[in-house]
Amino acid sequence: MGKYIVRRLLTAIPTILVISFIIFAILELSPSDPTGNLPLTIPPEVRAKIREALGADDPFVVKYVKWLNQFFIAEPLNFIETVTNITFPGSEERTRVISWATRGPVIDIIAERLPQTLWVVGSSYILGVLIAIPVGIYSAYRQYSIFDQVGTFLMMVGFSVPTFFTGLMFIIIFSVNLKWFPSVYDTTLVVTDIETLQLQLRQMIMPVTVLTLYTTAQMSRYTRASTLENLQQDFIRTARSKGLTERVVVSRHVVRNSLIPVVTLIALGIPGIFAGALITEQIFRVNGIGQYLIIAIQGGDLPTVQTVTFIFAVLVVLFNIVADVLYGILDPRVTYT
Amino acid sequence: MRVKLTLLAVLFIFSTLFGGAAMAQDMQEVTILYWQASSILNPYLSGGTKDIDASAIVLEPLANWSPDGSLNLLLATEIPTLENGGISEDLTSITWNLRDDILWSDGSPFTADDVVFTWEYCTHPEAGCVQGDEFVGVVSVEAMGMHQVTVTFDAPKPNPFRPFVSHIQPILQKAQFGECLGAEMSACSEQNFAPIGTGPFVVEDFRPNDVVTYVRNENYRDADMGKPHFDRVVFKGGGDAESAARAVLETGEADYAWNLQISPAVLDSMEAAGNGQVVVAYGQAIETIWINGTDPSPDSPNRSVWMEDGSNPHPFLKNMTIRQAMSMAIDTNIIAEQLYGRSGRATCNFINSPASNVSMNNTCDQDIAGANALLDEAGIVDSNGDGIREYDGHEIRVQYQTSTNAVRQNTQALIKQWWGQIGIETELRNIDAGVFFGGDPASPDTYQKFFSDVEMYTTGSASPDMESLLSNNRCGQAPRPDNNWTGSNIIRFCNADYDAALDELSSTAGAEARAAIIIRLNDILVQEYALIPLVYRSSASSAYANSLGGVDINGWDSEMWNIEDWHRLDM
Repeated sequence: MGKYIVRRLLTAIPTILVISFIIFAILELSPSDPTGNLPLTIPPEVRAKIREALGADDPFVVKYVKWLNQFFIAEPLNFIETVTNITFPGSEERTRVISWATRGPVIDIIAERLPQTLWVVGSSYILGVLIAIPVGIYSAYRQYSIFDQVGTFLMMVGFSVPTFFTGLMFIIIFSVNLKWFPSVYDTTLVVTDIETLQLQLRQMIMPVTVLTLYTTAQMSRYTRASTLENLQQDFIRTARSKGLTERVVVSRHVVRNSLIPVVTLIALGIPGIFAGALITEQIFRVNGIGQYLIIAIQGGDLPTVQTVTFIFAVLVVLFNIVADVLYGILDPRVTYT
Repeated sequence: MRVKLTLLAVLFIFSTLFGGAAMAQDMQEVTILYWQASSILNPYLSGGTKDIDASAIVLEPLANWSPDGSLNLLLATEIPTLENGGISEDLTSITWNLRDDILWSDGSPFTADDVVFTWEYCTHPEAGCVQGDEFVGVVSVEAMGMHQVTVTFDAPKPNPFRPFVSHIQPILQKAQFGECLGAEMSACSEQNFAPIGTGPFVVEDFRPNDVVTYVRNENYRDADMGKPHFDRVVFKGGGDAESAARAVLETGEADYAWNLQISPAVLDSMEAAGNGQVVVAYGQAIETIWINGTDPSPDSPNRSVWMEDGSNPHPFLKNMTIRQAMSMAIDTNIIAEQLYGRSGRATCNFINSPASNVSMNNTCDQDIAGANALLDEAGIVDSNGDGIREYDGHEIRVQYQTSTNAVRQNTQALIKQWWGQIGIETELRNIDAGVFFGGDPASPDTYQKFFSDVEMYTTGSASPDMESLLSNNRCGQAPRPDNNWTGSNIIRFCNADYDAALDELSSTAGAEARAAIIIRLNDILVQEYALIPLVYRSSASSAYANSLGGVDINGWDSEMWNIEDWHRLDM
């Protein structure tokens, strides 16, 4: 198993490099211009100068190698320096990945935004999984019961109604009419005492609910399908005929086996948390990673788009490995050599 | 037991959620929503309104523009004029006397050195300064002592109020930005994220593309007058215009929401909730139909290329009668009322502000019968019975392009219908705004390339002086392949009287005399039907809560121009 993991990690390196190149090439080929959003009154000569100062007109290879150097050498060294307070030689000359829009280090902004994304998207993911699994199992166990019918209906609604609609509906009901929850998320809020915790919970409740609805819908469908499949297996009949109680049959034999594919699915979904929820963040002004990426795309901010998309790609690759490894651990039939 | 516990837990959650609702507010705080989040607080590195407005709360120019287009002094003692000697007789220099009682927010004194430094900062050859155009023609900026500064131009500048005037070019502190010259400009993110200013507030915390918080500047010059009235400003970005309006007008979570480009009907219904109101400000922004002066036909080897000898004219739009008929067929009132609502007024003029610049010589009431008669009289008739008039062997079919935007597409539909009524067929086209305004010389769809017969977009002027806007249409400045399609004369206009009047304008000082020439220039453009002005658009449209006092929305400068006067009204 250890050998397998090492091999997978090693093969991931070229994969990641190829991905980074492809992302860069796509962005380079796209017609975006960092000065495109400037007012029309700014003349072309000034625009050309700005592009020159940003290095936006450098040849593709120069830009790519510069980015590789910044991302894989300068940023990690800088991170080690800030954590350990040791200064490496050449610390002054090293340039970090600098955003064209904010002229600040991209990584710092990502780090600044990670908390709100994790708070909102992460907690909705956990909540979604916690609700989805029991609901899915019970729906399958009592297939075609009222609970299953109602559950299926609700899940279909959650699955098919887009978050920009539910989000807006929540705002109109709970912010505009009832005035229970704020529609604007305050990212500067620091939880220090009970009062600020209340505020934090109040502002999180709507975006989290919107996202939870979606995650729950997705996960519970998978759990239900997987459970149904296992309920019809021969070993379940055997277990029942051995005289085991229903409780033991379901919890030991059905659930355990049914959750194997679900766990994989959960692991594969984790990178999505870091990517943020683009639309939901926008609606509630959570201003996390998703919103940052959108703004960068609109502004033609190549270093930011490249870095954020790339980090996302790395996470996808890593969690794919995690999912595969988990699968091997959970399912004894699967062996890796 | 279990039921009880669950109930208790539910009760606890609810009490925590709603218990904190009534929090004591001892700090006076104002919340401003910009649906585009601010990315940097240095207007020399970003031209976005979101960034200029966020920095205007901290940084100040020598003087700024009031909503009526007049100058308002901030860091100078008087407005330089010819009479007080502030403007030299030959119009080539302007001398500002600075106030000697101004402190930066860090407590150090503000001097002429800071002004000189700001010029050096922006004009450094490696800088890539966004506001570089504002300093074009400036030969030197010199400190004449601690509190006097002279700006010298390379030629007479009858309107010298450009450098250091308005919030797009505020004064930076030399002590703070001294290391950030040239290529280092971008590396100074610490400075760019928290500039030290002379304005009413100081940056407390800046999160790029998210939120800026400011606290009162204790060293503000009018601190003894109780200004600013607020202790804290929260400048929150993100989301969209509609939800920003909702947060002010319906939920009351924010006090001010910027640039609400949303349907008038939606805005009206939100305003009816009674929490706040929508205000608009007018600067100079005219939605205009631009008429191509050159031949844009796809089979022409010189598609939309202007020639010095005038050899590539438009096959039928070169005829003024056709252009006049096209203008007469349009009802600008319907467009303004139905499509723009409170954010636009019908206009017959290209120049609509300040009030003294507006020509009274033009009318533009819709007259379809008159337009038809005019064309018939000129012999431009439909001879082959297909419902479309011909001129000189060309069917009058126009391609009409603009950017993708609901209001623009509705305008196009109306105008297509009216032009149909005078025997002109219109093919409509809309292009993504990013491409249309993107200026990519490789794209055939930019407004500069103008591969179309007519196009529509808004143009404007950031300063109340119209000289640079009108100079755009000087002969010879057309976008062409040899200038990489970057010229400013989009309509490829070439008129000797117009150019002569422009020359006169550039050597005439005095507001009245200049206004007369500006009116003449406007009349040439409009009466030659070189372009068709449609709607005088508000340049700003924002909402603010009823409890917020002192807001005076400004079409000529940052909307935050008088934030020190904003205060909480007793409700």
